Amino acid sequence: MSAMAEIDMLGAVNLALARAMQDDETTLVLGEDVGINGGVFRATDGLQARFGATRVLDTPLAECAIAGIAVGVASQGFRPIAEIQFAGFIYPVIDQMLNHASRLRTRTRGRLSCPMVLRAPYGGGVHAPEHHSESPEALFAHIPGLRVVIPSSPCRAYGLLLAAIRNPDPVVFLEPKRLYHAFKEEVADDGQEVPLDEPACLRQGHDVTLVTWGAMTPETLRAAEQLETEGISAEVIDVMTLSPLNDEPICASVEKTGRCVVVHEAARTGGFGAEIAARIADRSLTFLLAPVHRVTSYDTVIPLPRLEAHYMPGQKQIVETAREVMELS
Amino acid sequence: MNSRTNKAKPADGVRPIDEGMTHIARFDIFCRQYIAPEGKTVADLPEAANDADLLKTLYRQMVLTRIFDQKAIALQRTGRLGTYASVLGQEAVGTGVASAMCEDDILLPSFREHGAQLQRGVSMHELLLYWGGDERGSDFAGPRHDFPVCIPVGSHFPHAAGAALAIKLRGSNDVAVVIAGDGATSKGEFYEALNIAGVWQLPLLVIIANNQWAISVSRKDQTQAGTLAQKAIAAGVPGEQVDGNDAVAVYVATLEALEAIRSGQGPRLIEAVTYRLGDHTTADNASRYRDDEEVSRHWHEDPVSRLRDYLTGQDFWTKQDEQSLLEGCRAQVDTETDAYLATPVQPVSAMFDYLFEELPDTLLAQREHAIKAEQGERDG
Repeated sequence: MSAMAEIDMLGAVNLALARAMQDDETTLVLGEDVGINGGVFRATDGLQARFGATRVLDTPLAECAIAGIAVGVASQGFRPIAEIQFAGFIYPVIDQMLNHASRLRTRTRGRLSCPMVLRAPYGGGVHAPEHHSESPEALFAHIPGLRVVIPSSPCRAYGLLLAAIRNPDPVVFLEPKRLYHAFKEEVADDGQEVPLDEPACLRQGHDVTLVTWGAMTPETLRAAEQLETEGISAEVIDVMTLSPLNDEPICASVEKTGRCVVVHEAARTGGFGAEIAARIADRSLTFLLAPVHRVTSYDTVIPLPRLEAHYMPGQKQIVETAREVMELS
Repeated sequence: MNSRTNKAKPADGVRPIDEGMTHIARFDIFCRQYIAPEGKTVADLPEAANDADLLKTLYRQMVLTRIFDQKAIALQRTGRLGTYASVLGQEAVGTGVASAMCEDDILLPSFREHGAQLQRGVSMHELLLYWGGDERGSDFAGPRHDFPVCIPVGSHFPHAAGAALAIKLRGSNDVAVVIAGDGATSKGEFYEALNIAGVWQLPLLVIIANNQWAISVSRKDQTQAGTLAQKAIAAGVPGEQVDGNDAVAVYVATLEALEAIRSGQGPRLIEAVTYRLGDHTTADNASRYRDDEEVSRHWHEDPVSRLRDYLTGQDFWTKQDEQSLLEGCRAQVDTETDAYLATPVQPVSAMFDYLFEELPDTLLAQREHAIKAEQGERDG
């Protein structure tokens, strides 16, 4: 692997996993089909051949145990990276993350800890079967003691995943699978982390702040470009670490622009956009020139692929909502 | 444990029940007992347990556990302890299992295993702190790698498999020992963890303390399985049953299982058949769902008096020994209770200070708020 290769997000995930395993021999990968098959998406491709079957472990088909074993092995000095094949199968794991991973340090007053990463491809847009397209980030973001991290590009996937693996506490790392092969970037395999807990401003603007994460980030960036042609200058913030949420850069941006649209793929009610809107209301209400609006999916069960395009928001809805917000002030 | 035959040679005494059917597997479950009620021996004690000092040590530890248990209930009844899960009647399980373990083994206890935790070196002061509502009770000075008790039933089975994986990866000779009750075997995590431990041949020992009751659901309503030990067989893991009120049987079965696991033979399961003589917890009233007569009958099986009867019958134990043991245990329990009651409450900042290794800046404001709110209440 050259030091500077143009790779897609899946390649960047693979590169970060390999880098972490090479740098720290306590790092383990476990999950269904992660070994010889390299994962159903190939995120762990080649890792077992390179690092051996004792560090890249194919598990039986048992999601709860995958997470629970990660808790147990992490408590004894290892750094497991557990893969759940699709976010739609992650729900049995919430018990382990909520009752154990997130609170082992608290429960034992620091005697035991849980430096694990739970990876899962998430989100829709790839015409997958039923139960393969969910966006459960808000469920995990509601759990104290847990980090929820979502990348939106190959470079950020590489750096955020390395930071997540090296972090001394549990991280849920949700990978927007729609972006796995969406585009490539030059990713330097230099072991450099993208810091956690720091939202990134991807585009400067002064009329409206667009806050987003994951697969909606490229949509939002495209929307910002379109808005520019209409004379609306949009700032784009990629939250990256949803929990614990550092709202400083978001509120600072909103205080500059006076307007905010939050964009996410998950359903609206109780979605993480609500938390961001509440933070803005708490801290920056007097700066607002218009109400905070949300662009989200509907409060329905995610449909099967033939209706999926009508469920998920995209560039068009983001542009329309930004225009509405501009017209309100 | 199991016998496999092919079509040409069916197992002895078993024949195909129908044309086209072949008997392909058969499994046996054995139950181990040495000392029966009233101290009567039903089999010679094995060499590993034929040692008066060892037996007296087991007995002393069970008595200490019982006196601690009585004190904990008394503290709860007088408003000085939170909801508490009594281990009355099950002392032989925790004591027997933990006595057979080595210090570097890893214990993953359920919430009713005070006996095992005491034997492992967790202090009564720490146990009382935990049940008194203070997380520092799980920051025990005893085996630092042991898990805290698990409250969501059976959710710690996978942790035990993970701890066993850590042991295997570091190449040491230790064993992860998880204890849970009969109800826990109805949960998916039980099978998931056992199954993976079987596939990976992990150094894992699963102890099922079958006390016949999962709150109000009896053993017969928990599962149609004839034994809980046989549930291990489904995962290809050897399972056996012991009389869980016979401390010697529990100790010897655990010792043998640990030896087999240490020699690389993979995981094991032991079902220790015992009885919960008390309520589920201090918040429970067992008379709502079971007869006093049933409980009285099981007092006859009591593990503590059973071992005392045996020791007395062997002239290993005198009334004077008993008297001085009780006095010593009570004094120890009282001292530790005093230490617990004298322990000041943690600062409110502790809610935040162990959430992450380093508290993210975004939570600092909440931490400051909690500190100020507490100060405000204190200052009136």
